[in-house]
Amino acid sequence: MRTALSGLTLHEPRTVGTALRLLRTEGPLTPLAGCTDVYVQLQFGTLAAARFLDLSRLSALRRIRVRDETLVIGALATYTDLVRSRLVRRRLPMLVAAAREVGGPQIRHRGTIGGNIATGSPAGDALPVLAAAEAVVVLASSDGERRVPFTQFYTGYRASVLRPDELILAVEVPPLEGAQWFRKVGTRAAQAISKVVMAAVRGPRMRVALGSVAPMVVRVPRTEAALAAGAPIAEAQRVLGEEIQPIDDVRSTADYRRQVAMNLLARFWADTGG
Amino acid sequence: MGIVGTNVPRVDGPAKVRGTARYVDDITFPGMLHGRTIRTTIPCGRITDLRFESDPAGFTVVDWRDIPGENCITHITDDQPCLVRSEVRHVAEPVLLLAHEDREALLGARVHIAYERGQPLLDPLRSTRFHKEVLIEQGDLARGFRAADLVVEGEYRTGHQEHAYIEPNGVIAVPEPNGGVTVYGSLQCPYFVHHALTRLLGLPDGLVRVVQTEVGGAFGGKEDYPSVIAGHAALLALKAKRPVKLVYDRAEDMWATTKRHPSIVRHRTGVTKRGKLVAMEIEVILDGGAYVTLSPVVLSRSCLHAAGAYRCPHVHVEGRAVFTNTPPNGAFRGFGAPQTQFAIEAHMDRVAEALGMDPARLRLLNALRPGDTTATGQTIGADCSALAVLREAVRRSGWRRKRAAWRGTNKGIGLALFRHGAGFTGSGEERLASRCSLATSERGVRILVASTEMGQGAHTTLAQIVADSLGIPFEQVEVAVPDTAEVPNSGPTVASRTCMVVGRILERCAHEMREGLGGLAPAEHFRLHGPLVVTKQYEPPPGVAWDEEHYRGDAYPTFAWGCDVAEVEYDPDTYEVKPTKLTLVQEFGRPINPVLALGQIEGGTAQAVGWALTEHVVMRDGGMANAQLTDYTIPTTLDTPRLATVMLENPYAHGPFGAKGVGELPFNGPAPAIVNALRHLGIDVREIPALPERVMEAARGRA
Amino acid sequence: MAARKPAAPGPVAFTLNGGAVEMDAHPMARLLDVLREDLRLTGTKEGCGEGECGACTVLLDGDPVCSCLVPLAQVRGREVVTIEGLGGDHPLQRAFVEEGGAQCGACTPGMILAAVALPKHATLAEVRTGLAGNLCRCTGYEAIYRAIEKANKPSAVRRQPPGGSVEPKE
Repeated sequence: MRTALSGLTLHEPRTVGTALRLLRTEGPLTPLAGCTDVYVQLQFGTLAAARFLDLSRLSALRRIRVRDETLVIGALATYTDLVRSRLVRRRLPMLVAAAREVGGPQIRHRGTIGGNIATGSPAGDALPVLAAAEAVVVLASSDGERRVPFTQFYTGYRASVLRPDELILAVEVPPLEGAQWFRKVGTRAAQAISKVVMAAVRGPRMRVALGSVAPMVVRVPRTEAALAAGAPIAEAQRVLGEEIQPIDDVRSTADYRRQVAMNLLARFWADTGG
Repeated sequence: MGIVGTNVPRVDGPAKVRGTARYVDDITFPGMLHGRTIRTTIPCGRITDLRFESDPAGFTVVDWRDIPGENCITHITDDQPCLVRSEVRHVAEPVLLLAHEDREALLGARVHIAYERGQPLLDPLRSTRFHKEVLIEQGDLARGFRAADLVVEGEYRTGHQEHAYIEPNGVIAVPEPNGGVTVYGSLQCPYFVHHALTRLLGLPDGLVRVVQTEVGGAFGGKEDYPSVIAGHAALLALKAKRPVKLVYDRAEDMWATTKRHPSIVRHRTGVTKRGKLVAMEIEVILDGGAYVTLSPVVLSRSCLHAAGAYRCPHVHVEGRAVFTNTPPNGAFRGFGAPQTQFAIEAHMDRVAEALGMDPARLRLLNALRPGDTTATGQTIGADCSALAVLREAVRRSGWRRKRAAWRGTNKGIGLALFRHGAGFTGSGEERLASRCSLATSERGVRILVASTEMGQGAHTTLAQIVADSLGIPFEQVEVAVPDTAEVPNSGPTVASRTCMVVGRILERCAHEMREGLGGLAPAEHFRLHGPLVVTKQYEPPPGVAWDEEHYRGDAYPTFAWGCDVAEVEYDPDTYEVKPTKLTLVQEFGRPINPVLALGQIEGGTAQAVGWALTEHVVMRDGGMANAQLTDYTIPTTLDTPRLATVMLENPYAHGPFGAKGVGELPFNGPAPAIVNALRHLGIDVREIPALPERVMEAARGRA
Repeated sequence: MAARKPAAPGPVAFTLNGGAVEMDAHPMARLLDVLREDLRLTGTKEGCGEGECGACTVLLDGDPVCSCLVPLAQVRGREVVTIEGLGGDHPLQRAFVEEGGAQCGACTPGMILAAVALPKHATLAEVRTGLAGNLCRCTGYEAIYRAIEKANKPSAVRRQPPGGSVEPKE
C-alpha cells in the first residue's frame, strides 16, 4: 500500500448520533463504509485525507423498507443486499440489474449504495438508476435531516451538495410507473468500470439517465421530451447525441460513448414496446 | 503400464491448495530491509540533477557508482544499464535504489530528479535504429508474382500485452559472509540471473547463488526481467550488508517491466485462381523498446513463423526489431510467433475472400505436408499434422454448417491453422549445451535441473518421464529446488523446451542410471553405496542442421501443430464481440500428463482471447497509462468461451516418450480465429485488441 | 480547536478460522496485511491491492471479500476464514489438485474460498458469476469448473482419456 498507516486515524462510532457529532466536532473526517473506493486510493497513495470515520457499525443504516409506498434504502445497503431484497426486486428492478453488474461478488458484498453516491464517480453504476427513479437523498447532520432530490445532488465532477459534517442516511424512491430498463457497457463482462451506463423508464413520464458520458450522472431532458412527444426514435437518438458530452480517456473514446448511448436508447425503446 | 500418459496429480498441488506454498513475498529473513526503486518519469533525455532529500538515517542508497562490476544487465548485448548514469532512454528506467527497515520511511523518502528532456522516438515505423534484422528467402519472388492470378495485400497490427501473472515480480537478496550473495526469487531461469549477477557484481561464479522460490505465474515475464530486479536487490544487500526484499506492487510491475512486442506485419501474396500460394512477400516490424534485450531472438522466431503453416515456392520475409523510447519488451508466451501468425492467418482469410473460397479449403490446399520444404529449406517430416488438425477442427466444430447458416446473422465462425517450433531456434540448443543430473537418494532419485515449475507442471512431467525411464514408482522421484548451488544448467524454462529437450536428457540419464543400479532399487543402491550421480549433456537429434549466417536449414527440430475454430456473437448495439466457443485441435507429439497438457492448452487459449479482445496497453508519452488491473482488463470467468479440446497424437521420435513442446502452441491460434470469425459476419478488423471502439470503426464499413 | 485522537476502542477481537483472536494493530491496517504479517498466515495472497484480482479473498461471515479492501477495525466481532481454515483436505482442495484447477497457485487460495461460498449444486452459470471476482491467468478457468463439479459430485465418472478430447458440458 502506498499510504503510510501511521498518519491515519479512525473513529469508530456505535450510533448515528455519535457519528454526526464527530463529523461536526472532529471534522474533516472521511466516512468509510465498504471501503471499495477509499482503500483503492490508499493503495495508490492518491488520497489526501488522513482522518476517517467508520460507519460499518451503524446497522440502522443498512435497512431496506417501504414506508407509505416509498422504498427507503439505507445508505449502508450493500449491492448484495439490494440483489437479495424482495422489496427492491419488486419495486426497483433496474437497481437490482445495476447491482448485479457491479464488480464481482467480493465487491458486491462490501460496496454500498451510499458509498456509490458519496464517491460520485461519473461512472457509478447505481447512479443513473437513482437519477431515472427520481430518488431523494436523505442527509443528516447534528442539526437534523434534509432531503435533496437526486437530480440536484451533484454540482460537478465528483462534487455534490453534501456538507463535510453530513452523512447520507438513505435514498427514498417514490413509486415508479412504467417499464424500467438498465444497461451497463463495461471494459469486460465482469469487474468492469462502465464506459456507458444507462437507466431508463418508459411510462407516463419518460426518464433517461446516463453515466460515463458527462462529468457526472445526467438526465437528458431534451431526449426525454422528444420521446414523450412521440418523435421517431432516430430523432430522439440524434437529440441524445447532442445532449451528452462524453470524453476520450484510458478506457474508451467520446465517439464510441456517444454512438453506443444512441444505440442503447433505441434498444431501450425496442425492449419496452417498440 | 507406466505413469507417462496418466493424470498423476501435480506434485506441487497440495501445498498450493493449502496455502503453504512459499512465494517470495511469503518469506522473510532476520534483519531484512525493504527495497524501493526510483525511476525516471520521462521517456528520453538526460538527468541533470539527482538528490536524495530525506534524512539519510537508516537508509541505504545505491546509484550507478556503487556497481562493483559492470553497469549492465547481460542478455545478448550489453547495452542495457542496470542503473541510469545520465542518459534516459525510457520511462520507468531505474535510477536510484533505496533500502530501509521501515516501509513507511521507505515510502516517504523524497528524491529530486531534474531532467533535460529530449525528443522521444515513439513510433516504431519511424525508427531507423534496429536492434536486429532478419532475411529469409526462398525461390524467386518476381517469378512467383508472375505466376499469380491474384495479388492480395494487407497490413496487420498487434499491440503490447502485459503478462499479468497474479504474483508480481519479487526477489530477496541475502549477502553471504564469504562476500557473495544469494538471491531468492520468482524467476524462470536461475542461470540467466546468475550470469547477469556475476558480471554486475564482479563476482566469481561460486560466490553468486540463485534459488527459485515458488512462482505465481510467469509466461515469459520472468525470463529476462528478473536479472534486473535481482541485480537491484543484490546491490542493496551488498551495500547494506543485510538481506533486502524487493517486491513490486502491481502498478510498478505493469509500468516498468517487459511486455509482448507490438508488431506491424505487411503481406503481399500471390495466389492462383485455383487457390495455390505462389508468392509471399512479408515485412515484419517489431517494437523492441529502448534496449536490445531479447529482441533478436523474438524477431527470429517471428520471421521463421511468418509464412505460417503453408508451402509456397517463393517466399521473402524481411524483419526488423526496432528501437523506441519505451520500456524494453521481452519474452511472452509465443515469443514472436503469435504476432506473425496472427497476420498470416488474418491475411489468408482475406485471400480466401478475394478468391470466393471457403477459408478451410484454402488452408487444405496449401498446408504443409510431409516432404514439403519451408521457406528456410527445412524438409517437413511425418511429424507434421497440419492436415490432421485442420480436418479434425473442421469436422468437430460443425464448420461447414455454421459457416452457411450464420451468414447474415450476428454470429460468426472463423478458423486459424498454426504451428510452433519446439525448443530453441536453430543452433540455440547446441549453444545452450544443457546439462541435467539424476542422483540416487534416500527416497529414490532426485532430478537436478535448472528448469523451474511455474504452474505449467514441469516438475511433475519430468518426474513422470524419469519414473518410467527407470522403471520405478512415481513416488520415489523428487525434483530438487532449482538452486544454482545444487543443480546443473539445463537451460532456461522457455521456448516450449522443458519437456522435450530437458525431458529427453533426463530420459538418457535414467537409462544410464538403470544400468548402473545393477538391479537394485535406487534408494537401496543409495543406502549401500552412497549417491550415484549421472550427468548428461544435450545432444542434437540426428539430421538437424541450421546455418545461422544464411538463415537456412532446420529452424526447429520439430513443430507442434494446431487448428482453432472460434465462434463469436456480435452485439451491434455495443460492438462487443463475445467469444462463445472455441474448438481447439492440437498436436504436440503426445501428452506426458493429459490434465497438465490440457491446462496449457486452455490457459494459453484464454490468454490469447484476452490479447485478441480486451487487453489494451494504453501508451502515453512512452509509458503505460493504464497500469492497474482495473484498467488493464484480462479475461474473467464471464469473458472466456467454452472450450472443446482435442489432443491428437503424433509421437515425435526424438522427444521423451514421443512428446514435443506444448506450452506456447495454444497461444498462436485464438486471436486470428476470432478476427476471422468477425470477418465472417462482415467486419474487417486487422488490428488487435479488437476493442469495441475499433470494431465500431470497422462495422461502419459493414455491408 | 485541535482535533482529538479517537477514543481507542481497543484491540480488535474476532474469530479467525474458528478460533478467537485479538489484534492490536492499527485499526486501518488492511486485513490482508494483518493476516500475512502479524498472524503469519501467508496463504492469502496480494495480487493487486485494488480489489480486482481476488487473490486476497477471505470469507467474512461466510461471504467472500477482498481482504486488501477491509480495514482491521471492520472485522471486530466477526468471523474470518482463510485458506488455512479449510483444514487441508476439503473436497475442493482435493479436486483442485486432481483436476488441474491449480497451476501456479497464486490465485488458488482466493479461488477456493470463493468456490466454498458458491451455492451447493451451483449451475455452471452460477459458478461463473460466483467466481467472476477471481482472476486466473493460468487455467482459462475450465479446469476450475471441472474441479468444482467433481467436488460436488465425487462419484461422477469424468472422462479424461489420454490423448483424447475434452468437451465442455453445455
